[in-house]
Amino acid sequence: MSNKAWIEKRKNVVLMVRIFLAVSIVLLLLDLVIHRHDLFSWEGWFGFYGFYGFVACVALVLAAKVLRKLVMRREDYYD
Amino acid sequence: MTSLPPALIFFAGALLVGLAPARLRPAMTLLVPLFGGWNLWYVAGGGGLDVALFDTQLELVRADKLALLFGILFHLATFLACIYAFHLRDRMQQVTALIYAGGALGAVFAGDLITLFIGWEIMAVSSVFLIWARRTPRASSAGLRYLIMQISSGLLLLAGALLHISETGSPAFGAMGLGSLAGILIFTAFGIKCAFPLVHSWLTDAYPEATPTGMVFLSAFTTKVAIYGLARSFAGAEVLIYIGTAMAMFPIFFAVIENDLRRVLAFSLINQVGFMVVGIGIGSELAMNGAVSHAFNDVLFKGLLLMSMGAVLHQTGKINGSELGGLYKTMPITTGLCIVGAASISAFPLFSGFVSKSMVMVAAAEEGYWIVWLLLLFASAGVFHHAGIKIPYFAFFAHDSGIRTREPPLNMLLAMGLSAALCILIGVYPSLLYSLLPWEVHYVPYTADHVLTQLQLLFFSALAFAWLNLSGLYPPELPSVNLDADWLYRRLGVGIVRRAERVWIKAERAGARFAQYGTGVLQRSAARHYGPASVLARTWSTGFAALWIVVLLGICLILYYL
Repeated sequence: MSNKAWIEKRKNVVLMVRIFLAVSIVLLLLDLVIHRHDLFSWEGWFGFYGFYGFVACVALVLAAKVLRKLVMRREDYYD
Repeated sequence: MTSLPPALIFFAGALLVGLAPARLRPAMTLLVPLFGGWNLWYVAGGGGLDVALFDTQLELVRADKLALLFGILFHLATFLACIYAFHLRDRMQQVTALIYAGGALGAVFAGDLITLFIGWEIMAVSSVFLIWARRTPRASSAGLRYLIMQISSGLLLLAGALLHISETGSPAFGAMGLGSLAGILIFTAFGIKCAFPLVHSWLTDAYPEATPTGMVFLSAFTTKVAIYGLARSFAGAEVLIYIGTAMAMFPIFFAVIENDLRRVLAFSLINQVGFMVVGIGIGSELAMNGAVSHAFNDVLFKGLLLMSMGAVLHQTGKINGSELGGLYKTMPITTGLCIVGAASISAFPLFSGFVSKSMVMVAAAEEGYWIVWLLLLFASAGVFHHAGIKIPYFAFFAHDSGIRTREPPLNMLLAMGLSAALCILIGVYPSLLYSLLPWEVHYVPYTADHVLTQLQLLFFSALAFAWLNLSGLYPPELPSVNLDADWLYRRLGVGIVRRAERVWIKAERAGARFAQYGTGVLQRSAARHYGPASVLARTWSTGFAALWIVVLLGICLILYYL
């Protein structure tokens, strides 16, 4: 037995992510059931928010990595 | 029953706290917002308070619904922050924090531009002590940079106010518009305090250098007073929509790569203020209600997040994501309360952000600004990413840093607990907040599709984080400094000044050499003509002089005969 906490074990992390994924898919499918008052035509597309949220976050992180190349300096840059 | 100007209670309170013995001071700081709140009841019931200054009529207290909303908010924020700072034994911070809050109250209850200016400057000068109170060289230079920006904003406000008064003849602080130079000056003054893009870096530079308790105060007042000013004077100015969208967008990229977790929250503060600025720019009743209610909620949830990070800094002395991690084991209560703040700022259903931010979003959609709407939705996902997940994850979970500490003092936990309770209370009973709003609210936050779409957005954003993190694509926390607009004056400006200095020194030396050469020439020629060996200094014989006189007389004679 390792003395790592439950939450730190890789297998439990994977389990949590799987549960999370399952909940996300259920939320996505609920789109079919719940009537949506769409603000724009494409805002009412199936899965728009889920898709947008996922893509936005991946784009954000990838753009931030590029930004880091441009603006990152040593910690004592201004000292 | 008559009432006192709210600011005056805080100034008097600050004076008394300053004179009180150390062991009474923390309790007295708590009594000030309590007494102020009791007074506020009568301020709400009674009329305004006018005094005359020379020929100008000053309106010290204008208690309409908009001013009262911010008045209530600032009393509440002061009370919570004073509980959080209850363990402090630092007279400078205890006194200046109350003066700062008083200045903010003076500004939001001001009915005229002169009173506004006075509150504005009191805030600037008092708040810098909360940064300097950290007593590190970095804090002292960051504080100075902060003060310069704040004073510049104050000077612009003064210039705009005087111009406005001379143009219109009225000092009233009301709707203004961007049609005149006075309006533009005042707009710029508000813009600096509101952290508009390119003039934002005083905030991300200086706030994270403040003390753990100081930053909680700082985040509550300055930017919110600026939001109040914009709502009062520039509601419906379309340019604000685009400025606000930029404010909501650009900080999230910086927040992702920032290592100092309180600086991440400073970026997130600009991002949230961006939503409010967009709301004011749209200017419809729904949008304005959204802007000011989001200001109210932001003070609570941003305060809560900053309190939890302040607690981490207070307990461990560390705040960089690269040095933290695994603190949930020893600070479980702080972890839980931080997650409440994270859920609130991410606009999770049943938490406060959910009932205010969406008002601005819906208003943007209703008015047909669909690109703005898309960008704000991007920013919403981004907020969840950096403030909702990154903050709690890197501080309390992630890899175990090995730090073993304890929960912060009871007063800190109590302040966080009360803030968290308010975040949930407003999220569950939004009508509590809506009843305070200046315009009538028809908006219903809890509809099935709103809850569903928001949950989809958040869950899939979280999935993206999980995927990026597990696959190793996520940028690690690195000890670093990220360049921002402050580079312009911390590096470029300093570089230009140094270069100019060098050019000046060279020019000075060249000038000195030239002057030396010039005077040398002059000296030598003077010596030649007038010196002891010169022509004029020669001693001449009487006969030689007589000869010259004869010659001159001869010339005269010849001329006479001609």
